[in-house]
Amino acid sequence: MVKAGHPEPSTVCHPARSERSERICHPERSERSERSRRTRDRIEAMYRILDDVPDPEMPFVSITDLGIVRDVRLDGDTVVVALTPTYSGCPATQVIQGDVVRTLREHGAKDVRVGVRIAPPWSTDWITERGHERLRAAGIAPPAPHARCPRCGSGSVRELSRFGATPCKALYRCNACDEPFEYVKPF
Amino acid sequence: MPAEYPLRFGDNALVLAQRLCAWVGHAPVMEEDVALANVALDLFGQARLWLSYAGELEARGRDEDALTFHRDAREFCNVLLVEHENGDFADTTARSYFYDLWASLALGELTRSGDERIAAIAQKALKEVRYHLRRSQDWLIRLGDGTPESHARMQRAADGLWRFTGELFIGDRLDDEMAANGTGFAPERLRDPWLERVHEAFSAATLTVPAGTWTQRGGKQGVHTEALGYMLAEMQVLPRAMPEARW
Repeated sequence: MVKAGHPEPSTVCHPARSERSERICHPERSERSERSRRTRDRIEAMYRILDDVPDPEMPFVSITDLGIVRDVRLDGDTVVVALTPTYSGCPATQVIQGDVVRTLREHGAKDVRVGVRIAPPWSTDWITERGHERLRAAGIAPPAPHARCPRCGSGSVRELSRFGATPCKALYRCNACDEPFEYVKPF
Repeated sequence: MPAEYPLRFGDNALVLAQRLCAWVGHAPVMEEDVALANVALDLFGQARLWLSYAGELEARGRDEDALTFHRDAREFCNVLLVEHENGDFADTTARSYFYDLWASLALGELTRSGDERIAAIAQKALKEVRYHLRRSQDWLIRLGDGTPESHARMQRAADGLWRFTGELFIGDRLDDEMAANGTGFAPERLRDPWLERVHEAFSAATLTVPAGTWTQRGGKQGVHTEALGYMLAEMQVLPRAMPEARW
């Protein structure tokens, strides 16, 4: 199962020691590695910013929680962001594009270019652990091999409607506590 | 690649989506009101992907909106099955089932297309269409194997639409060309797998598979039934009346 989010920053055991010896022996190489570390830091910072961009339909989860942000990179001074729409007809995609541009600009990006990438197609496998937690906390059952009631945790549930208020959700009812809840369909 | 190829798949999705929307507010139960709207929304999204690609290939400055709202019936290349009126819930179910089953097979072929964009759109659409097929098949079986009235209506619906299903499996010169160069598939190849599944589902639904072999055709060539004209008139009237209008 591919977990979404962003790539882990690379870890070096003794950055200070290796950088020192780099600077002494290879000044150009140290300059390059310094630049690429700054680039990585900037990209990392932008992922942090996007972590706070809420999904317009479900504002308690962010677009990175849902695995909608596929890539962030720098092209000179332009920030290039690749998004993947969840369902083909999802009306939130266009709103999210606008939100991404506006938010990154507000945080100092001079130029932002957002592209939509439809392949590989979005999967609920890309929803992060944090996304799962936030969905559950909001009373929505996250995708799972078997739906569980987000209120009482029971696995004894029944489907009321395979389609819900948004294309990604179905409507269920818990047989144990009798409360209805929405369920993000495995996709 | 000719723009017409992705346009055909886009028009199928677009026309069926527009038909399904007419059920919103009128479905027999609330869950179906939501379900039909969701299926239509998926189809509109797929249509946007196909039509945008077609517009780019055509390179005449027509985008998805221009293609949707400013083409006349003669320029649409959807199959006749999807433009058929909604009728009652059984008619709509039969139309959806026949189409969803075909689409799942056709999109399966297109995921292997040599054209990257077509393969990507097909891969995305296939996931959604599989959900659509589960729904329409479940209803086919529920209504067929239901009350005497639901059974009679479902049988009549299947009998009525049968003569529009043959067109799904007739290839023309463009199909041959696309199949030969690895971009598309030969529609005839889907006939047997489609029929096999129809027989299975109809058997579970206690319905009789209609026997006719004659098929109405012409949709892919722009020769449509009068039903499409009325549907397009309603769909297109506003943007055509106010072409400069913006949200």
